[in-house]
Amino acid sequence: MFKTWSSSIPSFPYHRDQLLRWALWSCASIAGLILVFIILFLILESVPALRHLGVNRFMFDPSWHPGENTFNLMPMILGTLFTTIGAIALAGPIGFCSALFCHCYAPPRLASLYGRFIELLAGIPSVVFGFWGLVVLVPLINQWHPPGPSMLAGILILAMMILPTTSLLAQSSLAQVPTEYLRGAAALGLGRWATLRRVVIPAAKSGLWTAALLATGRALGETMAVLMVCGNVVQIPSSIFDPIRTLTANMALEMAYAVDDHRSALFVSGVVLLLMVLILVTAANWSNRVPRHV
Amino acid sequence: MSSHHQAIQDKLAMGITWSVAMLLMSTFLWLFSDIVIHGISGVSWEFLTARPLNAGREGGIAPILVSTALILMVCMAIALPIGLGTAILLSELTHQFGWMSNLIRRSLDVLAGIPSIVFGLFGNAFFCITLGLGFSIVSGGLTLACMVLPILIRSTEEGFRALPADYRLSAAALGLSQASTLISLLIPAAMPAMLAGFILGLGRAIAETAALIFTSGYVDRMPESLWDSGRALSIHIYDLSMNVPGGNANAYATALVLITLLFIINAGAQAIGHRWSSKRVLVA
Amino acid sequence: MTKRIPVLLVLLAILPALIGCQESPAANQPIHKLIITGSSTVAPLIADIGKRFEAQHPDIRVDVQTGGSSRGVADARSGIAHIGMASRALHPQETIDLLATTIAQDGIGLIVHADNPVANLTTQQVIDIYTGKVTNWQSLGGMNAPIVVVNKAEGRATLEIFLHHFHLANSAIKADVVIGDNEHGIKTVAGNPQAIAYVSIGTATYDATAGVPIKLLQLNSIPASLATVQNGTFPLSRPLTLVTTKHPRPLAQTFMTFATSPHVQNLVIQHSFIPLPS
Repeated sequence: MFKTWSSSIPSFPYHRDQLLRWALWSCASIAGLILVFIILFLILESVPALRHLGVNRFMFDPSWHPGENTFNLMPMILGTLFTTIGAIALAGPIGFCSALFCHCYAPPRLASLYGRFIELLAGIPSVVFGFWGLVVLVPLINQWHPPGPSMLAGILILAMMILPTTSLLAQSSLAQVPTEYLRGAAALGLGRWATLRRVVIPAAKSGLWTAALLATGRALGETMAVLMVCGNVVQIPSSIFDPIRTLTANMALEMAYAVDDHRSALFVSGVVLLLMVLILVTAANWSNRVPRHV
Repeated sequence: MSSHHQAIQDKLAMGITWSVAMLLMSTFLWLFSDIVIHGISGVSWEFLTARPLNAGREGGIAPILVSTALILMVCMAIALPIGLGTAILLSELTHQFGWMSNLIRRSLDVLAGIPSIVFGLFGNAFFCITLGLGFSIVSGGLTLACMVLPILIRSTEEGFRALPADYRLSAAALGLSQASTLISLLIPAAMPAMLAGFILGLGRAIAETAALIFTSGYVDRMPESLWDSGRALSIHIYDLSMNVPGGNANAYATALVLITLLFIINAGAQAIGHRWSSKRVLVA
Repeated sequence: MTKRIPVLLVLLAILPALIGCQESPAANQPIHKLIITGSSTVAPLIADIGKRFEAQHPDIRVDVQTGGSSRGVADARSGIAHIGMASRALHPQETIDLLATTIAQDGIGLIVHADNPVANLTTQQVIDIYTGKVTNWQSLGGMNAPIVVVNKAEGRATLEIFLHHFHLANSAIKADVVIGDNEHGIKTVAGNPQAIAYVSIGTATYDATAGVPIKLLQLNSIPASLATVQNGTFPLSRPLTLVTTKHPRPLAQTFMTFATSPHVQNLVIQHSFIPLPS
């Protein structure tokens, strides 16, 4: 619908608009190029391992013990998947409810206080979350079901970390639903919940998807907090109380001490992570085929 | 649907959202109170103005506060214009090169999921070594800028997209150029969303550890220029809590300072944004 | 707002200069930078030594960066750093082109929660615990509870020394938790009465004295303490080293002489490491 606006209507200071467009394109190209550079960097660093070891070794070796020349990444891929899915399954609905609360249900004063509170949370360093998880949450889980450092701890901490992002983004997409819609719903005599379900949520859908996507990305990429609470044992977990290691924790734990093929193999875990994000983004785009320009 | 039925549903939804919000709030209050209880005794004027001693177990955090501020400034000075430009392009001019902007949008989504340690290693290889900036506040700020761009762009873009089309149509009808429409109408109107993005981005930047340890570095001396290495608050917290025995007390105190700082910045940004948007948008 | 932008830009530009004015001592003196990177275990100590060195040489800035022992070795080799830090001895293939100078010793001891009644383990018992042959504290004279085995992440010097001493392969170890830094291990054990871990003796001693609920175990009835590591009776130890190319620059040489001199001995002790014999 913006087509009518920008492409065909003549405007007086034409040069200014050209300049503007040129400036905007250069901004966007820089933003786009960053990813290209990072991908190139990751690939360059992981090529030696891929060349020496081949792709199969990363999937079929008996275990991950680079010191003994075995490089199986599968348990860590699963570890990353499980924690991320768990965290988003927990943080998605809670963040959405919290956004609804802030936007629709809370009295205005409380809503603004609550909103400020959530913003504050978005800036708490992951180290602090991890630290808290390590000294408070993990011992609690240990009392319930040893050993304590576990997938469950990772999921809980990750969910706490991505909640603010989810909640804030969901809130801003709810806030952007035009007030005419609400008035229309009121005129039809819809109750508050019915208005939300039938009018507001469908209208805010694209924004809600973005929120979930960004939060999932954050959960996939989170490093320090997960490293501190997950236990970092390379294994396929049989219950949520088992310790696991994620791809990011693997890089952070070992990168500082790795040399040669080991170091390069750690970059392969970076590439795998990148592939996972790529798949996620493509899938999200595919399932969210609702035209973005509504 | 009967109105009775509707009323029950309303009550139920209200109950659920309230309890979820309260649950969330109490969990985080638990975390906050933990930090405040352990940190408050360590925070004093001296702590804020002194240099760290004995690997940070004693002394203060003055140079670390300055370094953090400089890193954030560099980061935002780079990320804000690029982010705003990209967001405007993606939301206002997309139809001209649909596939290009789609590509950029997707690449940003991918960028959002890249772990911070990869940003750190990349920043070290690209900014510190290839561009020759070394371990410096500039390298750290640039690396962080790459990291916060996706979040900045996405929420700004959502803000622009949500503006009613009438704005653009009436501006066009008045014969305003695109540039003037943007500057005098759309940007102010999208301000709240930009602020949300700014705050989220800043939060992400101030909380970052892994991306900075390889770029802006570990040196806790007062920086003499932007080309000096400087330790950020979150790295200080990490080092004190995970690497220095007996560093817990000051780690808590530093975390408390960081959260207070963040609170002040958020409140300030809100106030400025509020004033600006109310001044600019005359008739909505 | 358009009026404010230039003001902001000017502020941005002069702020660093302001900081510069405030801090730099004698502006006309050229400043030399000594860049040291590497092991996070050694970094806090070297940073403090660096500060003392700066106080003696006002025209020198010692920049210490962390990132792990292998980074220290790699940076010293590539010349990115003048000196690398490593919390281990050099591997044989690294000694071809590099030189390591030991600045202190560090011991590695086994720790458990302070409430754990077990006080001594034999070499065989440690092997049995870490290979999963013994899985309950009861058979070692402790409570009836499963043992939570804490291991170090791949590549760490502490792990290499531990495996080497007990003749274990890392793949044979049945770990319940894998940790990174020392404090990570200490916090894990402090929050878990069933856990056993091995960490730097200096760090553990410091924390145990400060009231953290952990205790160091005797190994074959030899107490794990800084004293027993220093006199050689406790078998598990590692050197903390500074790494350079075979022909270091004069400035790096001066710093290394300083870092191995008695002037810094109290700093080494303050950081709970074992100083060089004087």
